[in-house]
Amino acid sequence: MVALADGMMNTQASAKNKGSMKEAPAFFDEMRSADGSIRPAYQKIADWMGQQSRGGMARKQEEAEAIFRRLGITFAVYGDNASNERLIPFDLIPRVIAAQEWRFLERGIEQRVRALNLFLYDIYHRQEIIRAGRIPADLVVGNEAFLPQMMGFDPPGKIYSHIVGTDIVRTGENAFFVLEDNLRTPSGVSYMLEDREAMMHLFPELFAAHRVAPVERYPEMLRQTLESVAPPSCKSDPTLAVLTPGIYNSAYFEHSFLADQMGVELVQGSDLFIENGTLYMRTVSGKERIDVLYRRVDDSYLDPLAFRSDSTLGVPGLFDLYRAGGVTIVNAPGTGIADDKAVYAYVPDIIEFYTGEKPILSNVPTYRCSIADECHHVLDNLSHLVVKEVHGSGGYGMLIGPHATKAQLAEFEKKIKAKPSNYIAQPTLNLSTCPSNVGAGSAPRHVDLRPFVLVGDKIRITPGGLTRVALKKGSLVVNSSQGGGTKDTWVLED
Amino acid sequence: MLIAVHHRTAYRYSRAFNHSVQSLRLFPPSGQSQRVIEWHVDIPGIDQAARYIDAFGNQVALVTPPGSNDHLEIIAHGTIETIDTAGVAGFTQEAVPPSVFLRPERMTETSSGIESMAKACQAPARLTTLHNLLGAIHKTVAYDTQATHALTTAIEAFKAKRGVCQDHAHIFIGAARILGIPARYVTGYLLVEGETSSVAHHAWAEAYVDELGWIGFDAANGVSPTERYVRLAVGLDAVTAAPVRGNMRGAGEEKLTVEVVVDAAHSGQQ
Repeated sequence: MVALADGMMNTQASAKNKGSMKEAPAFFDEMRSADGSIRPAYQKIADWMGQQSRGGMARKQEEAEAIFRRLGITFAVYGDNASNERLIPFDLIPRVIAAQEWRFLERGIEQRVRALNLFLYDIYHRQEIIRAGRIPADLVVGNEAFLPQMMGFDPPGKIYSHIVGTDIVRTGENAFFVLEDNLRTPSGVSYMLEDREAMMHLFPELFAAHRVAPVERYPEMLRQTLESVAPPSCKSDPTLAVLTPGIYNSAYFEHSFLADQMGVELVQGSDLFIENGTLYMRTVSGKERIDVLYRRVDDSYLDPLAFRSDSTLGVPGLFDLYRAGGVTIVNAPGTGIADDKAVYAYVPDIIEFYTGEKPILSNVPTYRCSIADECHHVLDNLSHLVVKEVHGSGGYGMLIGPHATKAQLAEFEKKIKAKPSNYIAQPTLNLSTCPSNVGAGSAPRHVDLRPFVLVGDKIRITPGGLTRVALKKGSLVVNSSQGGGTKDTWVLED
Repeated sequence: MLIAVHHRTAYRYSRAFNHSVQSLRLFPPSGQSQRVIEWHVDIPGIDQAARYIDAFGNQVALVTPPGSNDHLEIIAHGTIETIDTAGVAGFTQEAVPPSVFLRPERMTETSSGIESMAKACQAPARLTTLHNLLGAIHKTVAYDTQATHALTTAIEAFKAKRGVCQDHAHIFIGAARILGIPARYVTGYLLVEGETSSVAHHAWAEAYVDELGWIGFDAANGVSPTERYVRLAVGLDAVTAAPVRGNMRGAGEEKLTVEVVVDAAHSGQQ
């Protein structure tokens, strides 16, 4: 649950590219075409960049930091004693996405999110996709992320993942890949909103010179989405609350930010209790009922009576009450099965099975070590691949082949052979670059994109999302825990 | 056979709780091997309970007894008519398919010892395998109420070669799952053979056989359930099948008493 550090990515350059800048880099530059000309969407940005002085940009950078410090946007780095709270570096140069590019992404994301919610409904009901032989039963029901207790239950609107952060990378003009679906409790949306606010404050003229699609309606849309999935027991306007694990959670800022923006209470488990089939929060003026709980607490900590009995972060009886229709938990417990790394490889099949359509957005090619042929290929090409443990997250238990030592490669070979079904492998990806402010002017740096999707009475996708940027020269790791920063993302309107 | 059950769960605290939540799976189902004649669960607040049928087919009542108190009593009582089906509970109604009962859970995980015992029991017919397993566990693991506790795993109990019905059931379930046979945990009541009244809160395992559905195996006693068994709740393990799960806020030290009295009911009652 590290803010912005979830989903450590296979974003390493292939060994060949590393350190050798003489060769033309094999990366897609989002601002410049191969012939050096500026792509139309970036024209005004390029002109503006040419007019900025180094000192002027340095001052703006300081001003930006002051803004973020005042807003209190920091993130906690676990195991970092010297400074537990740090600012995530902010890159002054916005990333631009052309209108037609965004329309393509939007269609692809919507298709994917719709299909994954249908998949969740199916595997927690009749399991048609398993009966049809399109996905192995054991991969689903034997998976740690599958929650048997959810079977036979219809969540309001049949929606499981209401708040989604789809991680997308680009490797070419028309080459977009979904890296991770993040269907549980994705974070980062507060950075998207604050980055926009900072840019409008720092560079009002540049902003005004573009027709940028707005993002600031996100909290309102989140509210509408949550209200649209009120439980059957709710007969009037639903009351919402945001459940946080507390101030020591790395994303606590975001939890409090979102509650504040929506105008709802931010609560912890100890503020909540159940009485006669209703969930209540304690307030200064007595108890108030809660109908929809946007929880930022992991499944296993939600209810000590249903899951981990040692959890003090949840509410005793919450899961029973949810199943009895007395409250809606958002996102639903058990959604993790649909963004499990072993299931990921089947997402193209999942899309075809439920929508009858070909996937619009591609998956990163994924080798499943559970399948003998694919496992052979992985073992033969270990030094070129990124190997991930299927249930791991945040970069734990993974091997980055091109950067691994002989000993590490040997260790992983042994691990894979011992328990093949525990591993998948993917090729390294050449992430696209965007211009970044690097002190000595601007230079291309690698980026990814996390658009935020809301699923309720309808699907609402905020144009753009959070762009993460690897600020270190040559680095392809965009994680904030490893020197990654963020930048504002401008989707241009026609 | 008519069986009368009186099942009392009593909590007493050194300091009063200010809030209590009870998740109850105390409602025996009617099915192939039993029919509920009458059944009541008495606990303050039961009329306002949130109710649903869980994924395993258990009726659940989430009860919040009103007020602050230093004690709480839950009494489930009624009469069940049982039929001897040679242990067959049949095709019970639940949302989870048998394949889910192949999942290794923490309590039912197996050691190489359990695995080699399981493999030695394998026979061409699934039913034979299961009976072999029943005999092997009954022979290997002695009944001993002092050796284990509520959180003992199958691995620990098998290593100690002793335990109570919960441990026998967990070992049976773990071993069956290793062999690819869906198996689940059942809690219920047992009227001990040759007695007309006994104290018996019991647990055993059920395994799935395609032609027959779910079949009970009581490895603690080395038999399949007879008409002296009443099924109460099922789950993946003792945790998910627990008839009473409670949480008290603000309470002092807890003293928990569970008493079950099972009687052969007078046939005149029918």
